[in-house]
Amino acid sequence: MDNAGFIVASYIVTFGAVGAYAVGVIRRSRKSSREVPRDQRPWS
Amino acid sequence: MNTSTSLDAPPRDRVTGTQFTRGLGILVLAGMVLLIVLGLFVSPADVNQGESVRIMYAHVPGAWLAYLAFVITGISSAAYLWKRTRSLTWDRIAGASAEVGVLFMGISLITGSLWGRITWGTYWTWDARLTTTAFLFVTYIGYLAVRGLGGTHQQRARRSAVLALLAVLEIPLVHFSVELWNTLHQEASVAGRGTDVEMDGLMLFTLFLGVIVFTLMYVWLVLHRQRSLALEDMLDDSGLDNALTARRAEASGVAR
Repeated sequence: MDNAGFIVASYIVTFGAVGAYAVGVIRRSRKSSREVPRDQRPWS
Repeated sequence: MNTSTSLDAPPRDRVTGTQFTRGLGILVLAGMVLLIVLGLFVSPADVNQGESVRIMYAHVPGAWLAYLAFVITGISSAAYLWKRTRSLTWDRIAGASAEVGVLFMGISLITGSLWGRITWGTYWTWDARLTTTAFLFVTYIGYLAVRGLGGTHQQRARRSAVLALLAVLEIPLVHFSVELWNTLHQEASVAGRGTDVEMDGLMLFTLFLGVIVFTLMYVWLVLHRQRSLALEDMLDDSGLDNALTARRAEASGVAR
C-alpha cells in the first residue's frame, strides 16, 4: 500500500483520540459519582 | 458458604451508563472494527486518489460529525434560552455536544492534513475551506473556555448559549467556502448539487458506514458526557450547600 504510514496514522489519530476521550469521560464520571448517590442520578 | 448468585447481587454501578448506552457501545465497537477492516484492507483504491482515499473514510465522517455536533449545540442552546423549555439539561447537552464536536473537528483537520500531504504535497495551506474550518475549530475552543468561566450554572448556561447561537452561523460559511472562493479543496462530491461523480459500491458503502458509526459514536459520547456534567453540577451544588451550612453554623456560634 502506497503512503501506508500516513493512512495508518490517520486511523490511529481518529480512533485513538475518540478512545482516549471516552476513557477520560468515564474516569471523570466515576470520580464524581463517588459523592453522588445513585438515587440522585435521573438516568439510573 | 456463599450462595449468592448474580441475580441477588446488587446491580453494578455503571455511573453514566444504562442498558441502552451499553448496547449502543457494543454496536459502535463492532462498527468501528468493520470500518477499519473495510477502510484499510477491503475497499479498493481510487482511480485518481489511489490509496489515500482510505483516509476519507475517517476524514469525511469526522467533518460531518463536527457540523452535526455544533448544530446540536446551537439547537440545545436555543432550547435553553427559550423560556418554555429552559432547563440546565439543554445547557449540558450543548456543552457535551460542543466538546465532542471539537474532538471530531480536530480529527478532521489532522486527517485532512495527512491527506493533503499525500495529494497536494503539503500538510497545510491557507485555502478558504481549511482556513474557515480552523477558524470554526478555534471558535468552539473559545466556547468551551467560556463555559469554564466562573459563576452559577445559570450564568454559565446563558452566556454560552448566546455564544453558541453566534458560532453556529459560521457553519454555512465553512460548508459553502468551496463554492464562494477558488480553493484547493474539492466541492461536495457525493451529496453535492449536480454532482456526476461515480463511486464504486464498496467505497460508497464504507463511506456511509463511517458516517453511521461516527453518528452512533457521537450519541454514545454525548449521552455519557452530559451525564458526567450533571454529576459535576450536582457536586458543585452540594459543595456550595455544605459551605453555606458551615458558614451559617459559624455565624450562629459567633452570635451566641
